[in-house]
Amino acid sequence: MIINHPLLGPRDSAEFTYMGDARLIDRPDPQSDTAAQEFFAYGYLRDNPAGWHEELWFHEAGDRSWLVVTRNTLTHEISNVALARDVARSRGRSK
Amino acid sequence: MSQINRLTGGQIDTDKTYKFTFDGKSYTGHPGDTLASALLANGVRLMGRSFKYHRPRGPLTAGSEEPNALVELRSGARQEPNTRATTAELFDGLVSKSQNRLGSLKFDLLSINDRFSNFLTAGFYYKTFMWPAAFWEKIYEPLIRKAAGLGSLSLQDDPDVYDKGFLHCDLLIIGAGPAGLSAALTAARRGADVILADEDFRMGGRLNSETFAVGDQSGAEWAAATVGELSNMPNVRFMNRTTVIGAFDHGIFGAVERISDHLPTPAEGKPRQVLWRIYTRQSILAAGAIERPIAFENNDRPGIMLASALRTYANRYAVTADKRVAIFTNNDDGHRTAADLHAKGVRIAAVIDVRPDIPRSTDYEVLQGEVIDTKGRLGLTFAEVRLADGSMRTLECGALGVSGGWNPNVHLTCHQRGRPIWNETLAAFVPGGTLPPGMSVAGAANGDLSTAGALRGGAAAAKKALGIKGRLPALPQSEDAPVNITPFWYVQGCSRAWLDQQNDVTVKDIKLSHQEGFRSVEHLKRYTTLGMATDQGKTSNMGGLAIMAEMAGKTIPDVGTTIFRPPYTPTAIAAFAGRSRGAAFHPTRLTPSHKWATEQGAVFVEVGNWLRAQWFPRAGETTWRQSVDREVLATRKSVGICDVTTLGKIDVQGSDAAAFLNKIYCNGFAKLAVGKVRYGLMLREDGIVMDDGTAARLAPDHFVVTTTTANALPVYRHMEFVRQCLFPDMDVQLISTTEGWAQYAVAGPNSRKLLQKIVDVDISNEAFPFMACANITICGGLRTRLFRISFSGELAYEIAVPTAYGDALMRRIMEAGAEFGVTPYGTEALGVLRIEKGHATGNELNGTTTAQNLGMGRMVSKAKDSIGSILSEREGLNRADDLRLVGIKPVDPENPVPAGAHLMDADGPVDASHSQGYVTSACHSPNLGHAIALGFLKDGANRLGERMRLVSPLTGVDVEIEIVSAHFIDPEGERLRA
Repeated sequence: MIINHPLLGPRDSAEFTYMGDARLIDRPDPQSDTAAQEFFAYGYLRDNPAGWHEELWFHEAGDRSWLVVTRNTLTHEISNVALARDVARSRGRSK
Repeated sequence: MSQINRLTGGQIDTDKTYKFTFDGKSYTGHPGDTLASALLANGVRLMGRSFKYHRPRGPLTAGSEEPNALVELRSGARQEPNTRATTAELFDGLVSKSQNRLGSLKFDLLSINDRFSNFLTAGFYYKTFMWPAAFWEKIYEPLIRKAAGLGSLSLQDDPDVYDKGFLHCDLLIIGAGPAGLSAALTAARRGADVILADEDFRMGGRLNSETFAVGDQSGAEWAAATVGELSNMPNVRFMNRTTVIGAFDHGIFGAVERISDHLPTPAEGKPRQVLWRIYTRQSILAAGAIERPIAFENNDRPGIMLASALRTYANRYAVTADKRVAIFTNNDDGHRTAADLHAKGVRIAAVIDVRPDIPRSTDYEVLQGEVIDTKGRLGLTFAEVRLADGSMRTLECGALGVSGGWNPNVHLTCHQRGRPIWNETLAAFVPGGTLPPGMSVAGAANGDLSTAGALRGGAAAAKKALGIKGRLPALPQSEDAPVNITPFWYVQGCSRAWLDQQNDVTVKDIKLSHQEGFRSVEHLKRYTTLGMATDQGKTSNMGGLAIMAEMAGKTIPDVGTTIFRPPYTPTAIAAFAGRSRGAAFHPTRLTPSHKWATEQGAVFVEVGNWLRAQWFPRAGETTWRQSVDREVLATRKSVGICDVTTLGKIDVQGSDAAAFLNKIYCNGFAKLAVGKVRYGLMLREDGIVMDDGTAARLAPDHFVVTTTTANALPVYRHMEFVRQCLFPDMDVQLISTTEGWAQYAVAGPNSRKLLQKIVDVDISNEAFPFMACANITICGGLRTRLFRISFSGELAYEIAVPTAYGDALMRRIMEAGAEFGVTPYGTEALGVLRIEKGHATGNELNGTTTAQNLGMGRMVSKAKDSIGSILSEREGLNRADDLRLVGIKPVDPENPVPAGAHLMDADGPVDASHSQGYVTSACHSPNLGHAIALGFLKDGANRLGERMRLVSPLTGVDVEIEIVSAHFIDPEGERLRA
């Protein structure tokens, strides 16, 4: 596969390490009253879609960016690649 | 007897003669021959034995789809089994052997299987080897293993080199027949970067096998001229002997180039094969089509082959399989073989055509009918023909060309879940609507079976791929005959009529599997093994599908095909391995003291990719234990030095560096003073320990973190995840500096005296106490990081200098420490020292360990949020009787305490369900004089002093042990702080 890195352009997926569902960005609030349940869901409950999936890839043999790659698990088509940091910010993870 | 079946003409160089052997017998051939064509020229039709029944077999084809003519090529270490004689290029001195036989090829003792064929039908293995169960291991498995497989391996290391390479182009063209060449011309004249790959050693595809004219040249001449023009263009890369084996995601293709397979040995410095990864946005599949046979009784005798193969042998290789040839066909193409062979002077016994309206010939007899049986034990002698009027004819012939129509080569169009679609006119599957992105298909592969269609299709596909507007370029005149075919798959009434010749799957087997309920095509394949041989059913699958459709009362497209998967043809494992074998299997990382350690005669051990000194043997030491015991005792008594460069080092900088470490580690770092080091325990988000290490605060906004050697990469990846994905606005930067610093542990009561000789600052206990760290200089100015940390439990330091100075620092320390008898120690002594001290390492942090298991439960700070802190509080991880880290020693000091052994109650049952815990690390302690171990024990903190049984049924160990504190040496830590 080829991942179109937002900063570096198209790179072979062999340069990357895969982690999984990009929902791992959404770490729950540890101060929440139901933190234990939320962390359980965060750690263990994942969708396994046959189709579009947002997932985390680490450019380990490259610039060490974490990326959010939107990939179709059936066709391996990639529709979007973004810096995970930007995604995290857009999801309200700024300080 | 020399080349009795050689004709004239062809694309071989008869001015030169090659000698070669097959099964020890010498023959001659010419440059341009394959092994199969040369053997046929010498009158040899018998080339192998089938897999199951050991039936005598000759070549069915003249290409890579060959199921039968598999041989062992070369001898010695280069011997290669299952090589297709139909693609093996002849070279002078080639040595080949037939395979899958017991005895000689002509008198194969295992051909007895053929007599028992009634018992060896579809599903034979499933039916026979089911019972009795006890027979499996002792009788069935050895029997099957002995009979299984075709060729044999040399069992020697492959002496040749295999490489990998990467190529980029605008357009990849797969196949250099008329369509591929036409596409390449169109694209290359427009200036596109083109790669043209073909599995054959001669470009031109079917043009080399046919007598058609292209323009005013023969097809082969036109192909040669086109190749000539293209090879003068700098934007075209020619890759003959190159099989594109797979179409992978996003325009990545795999291709194997056989650089040296046609040579006795590779040229100096050249690899045998190269596995290319080709990146391209556009591709054209012009892989042609493969003729399919018709099934009839005893259709597998040597001499019976595809009609197109007979034509290839005659026109390209100037060879006929026999002097008398018959043809059996259901389409016009079969008649071409008769015409071409007749023109070459070969006697045509008859053309048998199943169709009512058959083309007549004045040159030879054409019969309407069917071949219903054949004769000839080791090669065809007679064909029995049933004519349309019911009368019978026996034809004397040594070769029979069979044509059942052509299957477009759709293989690569299906590598990304595409399915081919049925074309009624061709009675064949053609590429479907969903192709791999950027791929177009041209020529016979796309169902355009005429030469003119291929030239047009290739040019049109190139235009489309490059986005070229306008009319097609002018193309030369060529043959443009339509396809006339009446689908005909097998002769009624036949039973032992072969479909898959390599795996011995007959028409009867297909019918039987249908009767037994295998209705899905994928089930049929696995039950009968149809199409599971090395040729993957390239000539056999269609016949099986057709019979299945008939049995089920369905159409062929309703039955569908099995899934096509890469590689397109068998590919040597060595090509996938490339250079990654032996010592080069993975990169080797050397520490800065490696050269010095080698000079000391160190024994090295692989730790991840690193080579680390395991121990340093000295004269007179005969066992490794003697060396390790000496190193441990010398370190505890005076001073030792160990290279710890391999530990991961991560530089953490920024105004939020301390806050960041507070997230990473479960214990607190915000209040760590500058100039101090703290042990840090890192949890995964699920509350399990991920790694441990130290963090040294060199400045308010600068920490240096260490990780275990094995986890250097995963920990760095994790820290970047936390930084970028969880806390994107923290002001913190990370960089791995593992390779940037050489780091040595200097340990033992004399370590301070030793280091004081080389450092430029005061390192007294008052100035530089336990857990201090600082940027200092040594040797009059070299920048150095000094940490007072101890893994051994002794007064100890870790000293780090830029890597380039690592070797010099080791030599300097050894020189300065001579007066103290400074002793280098390796990883074994390092392990003994830390087990004696009760320090956990990878053995203990095994992916199931919690902080509580380590006795560090209280380190998990409740005052702050950190990764893993919430889930570490789960009930399941916090039971009162959880495993705890304990020390273990044998009651009888002579006894061992092996790692992996389980702890059992002294008077309880000994089985897995009663295990109380297990040993994680064990060693001989030279300081205590007996074996010691660390391990995890249920409720271990409350069981110190208890005597238990330590058992390892695997190694026969069953000894009485005592549970003790994990800190065997200096439990109060006085030595550390001395």
